[in-house]
Amino acid sequence: MVTTMPRVSFTPNLRRHLDCPAMDAPGDTVRVVLEHVFTGNPRLRGYLLDEHGRLRKHVAIFVNELPVADRAGLADPVGEGDDIFVFQALSGG
Amino acid sequence: MSERLLVATRKGLFICPPEGEGWAIPTPAFLGEPVSAVLHDKRDGALYAALRLGHFGAKLHRSEDGGASWTEIGVPALPKEKEGDKPLDMIWTLAAGAEPGVLWAGTLPAALFRSADRGASWELVRGLWDVPERASWVGGGYDDPGLHSIVIHPRDPRRMAIAISTGGVWLSGDGGDSWRLGGRGLRAEYMPPAQAFDPGVQDVHLLAACAATPEVLWAQHHNGIFRSTDGGESFVEVTAPAPSRFGFAVAAHPADPATAWFAPAVKDECRVPVAGRLVVTRTQDGGATLEALGEGLPAAGSYDLVYRHALVVDAAGGRLAMGSTTGNLWLGEAGGARWRLLSAHLPPIAALAFA
Repeated sequence: MVTTMPRVSFTPNLRRHLDCPAMDAPGDTVRVVLEHVFTGNPRLRGYLLDEHGRLRKHVAIFVNELPVADRAGLADPVGEGDDIFVFQALSGG
Repeated sequence: MSERLLVATRKGLFICPPEGEGWAIPTPAFLGEPVSAVLHDKRDGALYAALRLGHFGAKLHRSEDGGASWTEIGVPALPKEKEGDKPLDMIWTLAAGAEPGVLWAGTLPAALFRSADRGASWELVRGLWDVPERASWVGGGYDDPGLHSIVIHPRDPRRMAIAISTGGVWLSGDGGDSWRLGGRGLRAEYMPPAQAFDPGVQDVHLLAACAATPEVLWAQHHNGIFRSTDGGESFVEVTAPAPSRFGFAVAAHPADPATAWFAPAVKDECRVPVAGRLVVTRTQDGGATLEALGEGLPAAGSYDLVYRHALVVDAAGGRLAMGSTTGNLWLGEAGGARWRLLSAHLPPIAALAFA
């Protein structure tokens, strides 16, 4: 049986600061998947999460077409073939 | 003139080399990014730039080559000890310590951090974080209280003074291990009369020391100008400073403890120059009198506000630089007697430093 890990992709605006190509990573929640991504890219953690582990206020994560519901715990479930999109929320000036 | 001028702005860090009698304005580092603090460490020549990224948090970068290249280093992390404790919003000020590799950072929300490895990692200064009075600190201009001033005694670096908007002036005599409230004599007119002289509620906007006589500290406060001659234990108010008592910035003369400069604005709810005329005020007699210096500055129609870290004096005490939220950058010659506009097109200026 062929399994397809969730795929994580990132807003191009993050590339101003660090390299973060789209990648596949295992896990059954957004948190677990992201922890795998951070293992290979530790600096990325501080760009998406604050020091308390919470999703930064102006960062948005979608699983397929839905924004994550649990911005503190990132416990939103993900399954095979799901797309996780990391965007920046609209703000700034 | 050989010193560079570092200009930290809302949209990048300008590292301005000397050019003629002023500075050239090059393309900035971190174009588009808000730079909240900048430090030139004279011990090793390193530059530090604190970024306040709108989406991705506060970051700190170090350059070993005068700003040609930058490396991202560590940032302070605020503890979460109870619900509602907030993460780091920005690094508001940076200071070089006495011991090799030691740096200090003041943050928003208000906390003091120490690094022993040139900013690679940061440790919360517990002695200040754990003072009971911290529970009553409140926001000044920002929603949260912030630590914006770190003054280290040049000959006895165990003696430190910091200031918080809004949480008063705090003093340490043991290199930051323990802290106690200073600031006796500061007066807060925004408080009920019985609390006006409570040192813990004082909104000092900036604290600056005379390098040669570091017991002399100047405070531009929310509702006045104050001077200390005992290292921040107590302050005396400068009476009736004209054209106003309100402002953010103060620059202390490095050699003359009687001289300091200020950048007044109307008042807290109207943060523009009085009558549209931008001036720098200077005292040369310890605050007994202030003179308004306006030659070369806009005489009318100015809406420039000078943030707390955006009025600086060089190591000789003769040359100043001043930047405004309107993006104007001025050079002040002859102790501020004559000003010259260097650029009217910069982003809002947060902080300046000679380097």
